[in-house]
Amino acid sequence: MSDRTPPRPGPAPEPRRTGTDSGAPAQDRGRGETKGPDRGAPARGRGRAAQARPFNVTTMPGFATVAILAFVLLYVPIVTMVIYSFNASDSVALWGGFSTRWYAIAWENDFVQEATIRSLVIATSAAVIASTLATMAALGTTRRKRFRGQTLIYVMINQPLMVPEIVTAVALLIFFAAIKTATGYTGLAYLILAHSAFCVPFAYLPIRARLEGMDLTLERAAADLYATPFQTFRRITLPLMAPGIAAGAMLSFVISLDDVIITEFVKSAGQDTLPTYMLGQLRRAVTPEVNAISTALLVLTVLLLTAFFLLTRKRG
Amino acid sequence: MALSNSGKNGWLLSIPALILLIFGAAGPLLIVVVYSFLEPGDFSGVIWNFTTEAWFRVFFERDIFDGTVSTADAHLTIFWRSLKLSILTTLATFLIGFPMAWFIATQPPNRRAAWLFLITIPFWTNLLIRTFAILEVIRNQGLLNSFLIWLGVIDAPLQILYTDTAVLIGMAYVYLPLMVLPLFAAIDRFDFKLIEAGYDLYASRWRVLRRIVIPIVRPGIVAGSILVFVPSLGAYVTPRILGGGKNMMLGNFIELQFGQGRNWPLGAALSMLLLVIVLTALLAYVRATSVEDRHNV
Amino acid sequence: MKLVFTSALALAAATAAHAEGELNIYNWGNYTNPKLIEKFEQEHDVDVTITDFDSNTTALAKIEAGGHGFDIVVPTHSYVQIYVGKDLLMKPGIPEMENYDNISDNWKNVDWDPNREYTVPWQWGTTGVAVNTSAYDGDINTSAIWLDTPEELVGKVNVVPEMQDVMNLAVMYMGGEPCTDDRDLLREVRDKLVEAKSDWMSMDYGMTEKMSNGDVMASVNWNGSTFRARLNNPDVAYGYPKEGYIVWMDNVAILKDAQNVENAKLFMNFIMDPENAALISEFARYANGIDGSEEYMPEEMKSAPEIVVPDELKAAGKFTSSCPKEVQDLYTAIWTDLQK
Repeated sequence: MSDRTPPRPGPAPEPRRTGTDSGAPAQDRGRGETKGPDRGAPARGRGRAAQARPFNVTTMPGFATVAILAFVLLYVPIVTMVIYSFNASDSVALWGGFSTRWYAIAWENDFVQEATIRSLVIATSAAVIASTLATMAALGTTRRKRFRGQTLIYVMINQPLMVPEIVTAVALLIFFAAIKTATGYTGLAYLILAHSAFCVPFAYLPIRARLEGMDLTLERAAADLYATPFQTFRRITLPLMAPGIAAGAMLSFVISLDDVIITEFVKSAGQDTLPTYMLGQLRRAVTPEVNAISTALLVLTVLLLTAFFLLTRKRG
Repeated sequence: MALSNSGKNGWLLSIPALILLIFGAAGPLLIVVVYSFLEPGDFSGVIWNFTTEAWFRVFFERDIFDGTVSTADAHLTIFWRSLKLSILTTLATFLIGFPMAWFIATQPPNRRAAWLFLITIPFWTNLLIRTFAILEVIRNQGLLNSFLIWLGVIDAPLQILYTDTAVLIGMAYVYLPLMVLPLFAAIDRFDFKLIEAGYDLYASRWRVLRRIVIPIVRPGIVAGSILVFVPSLGAYVTPRILGGGKNMMLGNFIELQFGQGRNWPLGAALSMLLLVIVLTALLAYVRATSVEDRHNV
Repeated sequence: MKLVFTSALALAAATAAHAEGELNIYNWGNYTNPKLIEKFEQEHDVDVTITDFDSNTTALAKIEAGGHGFDIVVPTHSYVQIYVGKDLLMKPGIPEMENYDNISDNWKNVDWDPNREYTVPWQWGTTGVAVNTSAYDGDINTSAIWLDTPEELVGKVNVVPEMQDVMNLAVMYMGGEPCTDDRDLLREVRDKLVEAKSDWMSMDYGMTEKMSNGDVMASVNWNGSTFRARLNNPDVAYGYPKEGYIVWMDNVAILKDAQNVENAKLFMNFIMDPENAALISEFARYANGIDGSEEYMPEEMKSAPEIVVPDELKAAGKFTSSCPKEVQDLYTAIWTDLQK
């Protein structure tokens, strides 16, 4: 499998081979349902002709170097954060020796733990809602004849991108406050609604980018073979657009996790998230406790992902 | 359902998203439109008297000392600074993000998800922490300067923190996944046979990239660019922390009006103007591509 | 939406049943000692929820909009009259409270709340200058540190981006009164600020850290933050500008639409107990205005030069109110000119 590493010079084996190797199909599950059409569809037989070429067609000079370098740089600040989570001093920017006291403090601090869990709950909900609705909307607005109002839909969907957060925040504050007073309900639904809404364009644009230019041949073929529309969608369309949906959902998730200002204005009593907790600290002093929480979260994520990959590997 | 390509179905499929947006974003924004035509309240909010003063003040300023009216140069300065930085951020993320997306898309299928996660994991860490971590890297006694001095490249620390370069580094970092993921989604469905064909016809790599690859993955480039460019116009946190706050960006300026400046109508008018500008650009883009689509069909 | 409303009603009914024994406090971030809350919860069997805000303007906007669910808010003195003017606070009968007499006499009858009808003290402090004395050993009790920056400090000065405080400090340095509408003077203030800005490194928060690690050598800063920085780095000192510096107090108030009024009153009375007030100060390093609380404070706080104002500089301290709208407009215009 290592023979797929792009920068490899000289004659490389056919790039597509791994996909049909024994053992590979199961690992395909890491990408969800893409496996079916990937293997079955001749239209996508990526580089099957590459066999004859003297070099790997997927290689672009320097790309791998830039990519690897970028990945490394991406983690430099994160490593800094991890290091400072073991800082003995009160400061996030002044090294005072090694200590795990901030982990102890974070462990004791229910407030920051609840805020972290709340952030994750909101981000997960928002990612699911936004990517579902964005998928539907993308199906509705791409690959069909132009229809009246299509541009309007496009503009509406992308609208949350177009104004600075503070503006949406103020608008939502006033709108939601009226509903809160009228209904008496002040729960988490407002935050989830607000987050889902501003995540829609972040989910929609990658999904649309995937769909655009994805031709209808396979779907038509399926229909010719008497597949019901739902079967066609479930077995052909959805798997083909899966990478776009995954990208959209991931973006929504991180965008929601990062949101400060809208959350600050929409939250009710007791609804601080990790970012608003930090915003409150910003003016006075930020403590390394948040570094400790983030490091713990990071470790947890990496463990979960590793477990996930090992499990899917075993199943094959 | 995906097969029937009528406009009616297009609407039906879009309606859930539209409802969400009407309640969670666009609808409440009408309040802001109304506010831009009202008087600022004494300490916050608005007084319900109609006036176009806020809109006047977007474009013109009365000198606070002699009352003479001139065009609002301060607003223009702030707008240009934001525009310049947003364009640079978009370019930077593209130049770094395209090779990354390409690299991921050409990995074996079972590893792609892992690489995608590797990109997003740093962003599971809170934006403020990430920004502070970048600050830690580029400050005068920070990692980068210490490293360069150790290498012997420089003698004295470079003043990067609190400059536009720092903001650019920070924004490129923060917005990178917004570029990489849409690009990946587009490159991933790219049919590499086409490159094959290109090489068969003796095209150089550069020519293949420019004439075959870029046009086909263009939807991804456009999506990524919109996702990076538009939000960075209104960016707030990064310019604030890494730029040192000496020079405002559009996001900070609008925030000032809603916060310490206590002039909600002016903030509302400024943001509506921004909305109109971005909207016009986006519509122009939609129009341009729809003409092209017809050519392509 | 229907789903939202149905679940809304269900949840509203559910929360109503548990309303007794709760208290929702809306306070500045990183400002409430968890020990204080724990003690209150145990003594009174009340479940306290803290929610953070990051600025007076955000807090006011949210409370004015309604539907927030808070019982107690902690505004700065300059905002108390705004809250009162908008009819957002209730009169809980503070002078009748058991611990009322513990409030120091000079904090009992204050301009922003005569006879303490609405609020009780939380903490008070000053806005002056922090200087790293290893970089500059001249007089630090002056705003010249950042407005006529001494050569040693050029390019190493920070100004916290608090428009109202910074403007008022500059106005006082130029010989005016806070919230002045004297346009000639304001013109001089603007020219002074624009000229001084070229000597500044940044306009940023987070000075506890940046003063500690030497990134910034001098800054307009709060006394408590400077105190914390000095504990990390003994070279840091706090100056009270003799041209005028700012004194402020954050105050605890009960909101008119509070759900848990009785618990809120209990809390007010609770924090006027010297032992509890000391807990507040111990956490954020500001003084609290309650007589006898010094006794319970950590040793290093009792004589801290950041907290004990030198007698000869007491007169230079000014309580500033929120400026009238016209002045506010002038301030914002100058501020925009400064940061454009």
